[in-house]
Amino acid sequence: MCTTCGCGTDHVHIDGVGQPLARGSKAPLSGQETFAPAAEPVGELAIGAAAVHAHGTSAGRIVQVERDLLAANDSWAQRNRERFAAAGTLCLNLVSSPGSGKTTLLVRTVAALAPGLSVSVIEGDQQTSNDADRIRATGVPAVQVNTGKGCHLEAPMVTKALERLDLGPGGVLFVENVGNLVCPALFDLGEAHKVAILSVTEGEDKPLKYPDMFRVADLVLINKVDLLPYLDFDVDLCEANARRVNPSVEVIRVSARSGEGFDDWLAWIARRVAAQQPVPGTAGDEARP
Amino acid sequence: MAGNPAMHEMSLAESIVQIAEDTARSSGASRVSLVLLEVGKLAGVEIDALRFCFDAASRSSLVEGATLVIEQPEGSAWCLPCGGTIPLSSLADPCPNCGSHQLQVTGGTELKVRELEIH
Repeated sequence: MCTTCGCGTDHVHIDGVGQPLARGSKAPLSGQETFAPAAEPVGELAIGAAAVHAHGTSAGRIVQVERDLLAANDSWAQRNRERFAAAGTLCLNLVSSPGSGKTTLLVRTVAALAPGLSVSVIEGDQQTSNDADRIRATGVPAVQVNTGKGCHLEAPMVTKALERLDLGPGGVLFVENVGNLVCPALFDLGEAHKVAILSVTEGEDKPLKYPDMFRVADLVLINKVDLLPYLDFDVDLCEANARRVNPSVEVIRVSARSGEGFDDWLAWIARRVAAQQPVPGTAGDEARP
Repeated sequence: MAGNPAMHEMSLAESIVQIAEDTARSSGASRVSLVLLEVGKLAGVEIDALRFCFDAASRSSLVEGATLVIEQPEGSAWCLPCGGTIPLSSLADPCPNCGSHQLQVTGGTELKVRELEIH
């Protein structure tokens, strides 16, 4: 660091005086740069205002940053992921448009799982605690996160919500994201899988309209199939569209109302819960040869 | 969603301001006059919304008034079946050579702050 002004290490010093540089070069200074004794800028490395160390002048300096905009969120997500791994908890991030029947599906799911498994829920909505109330009515613990104007959950919100939940070993944590098929695609919460829910009252082309979300999902649940006799919805076409944007995606047709397809959905969860074992503590790792 | 002012661009704009302020402070600078971003065309970001949110998020910060320069790398992918490297304008598009959707995206999802001009 510059001892004169406290500015960064990429400042060049000449005769002990830091130089604010306007630099077009992308490489960090190597210390081998040479300076022509001219007062005028030379080549890519231009010394502003001659040898005067003048902050606050119009000549700024370019610094390389190369930082991902999601880096902060991702580091929180990683922290969450480690917490889930340590507890042996399977975390599923449920994403969909508003009105796809996500909460109804979740209520039926937790009611089916809770007798045998430690189940908890984090509910994300812009306003109200209606959804968490619906989950709690089943006896499953739920934390409501209200994002206000926010259109998606971010990893630190989940970290905060986890303070209020007791993750049991071998359990499942469902995170119901804010109803939105755009923004939640970008924000990792630390989940094992994103599950996209799409209902047959929407369009078959939704996966094509919102490819970012369907591309990051590992499973698509096509909900409300009990309504199919009354609609022109082409389920096969919808599945084909989902596979167009994500060839490896799994698809299960369900009805949260009638329970159709729930055996497959619950079996999908059970397989992943079985694969999720608590990670041994650090001491145990060190004890290994 | 489209037209909803509460979009993820606001979160991204806040991240930009945070990164720029952190970098400026740790470099002893008091102002940021230019932010160079890389936002790939497949990154799912609405550029106009991002600019709008950046203006709001940078208010009363070291970044207020900074010029936002946005480079937008084109989307590209590697097609698994035919092995070709192809341009990709949408994640729903097939390989223009063989029609397959089994594509591994190799470019266009960038989302980062590349450079800052600080004072």
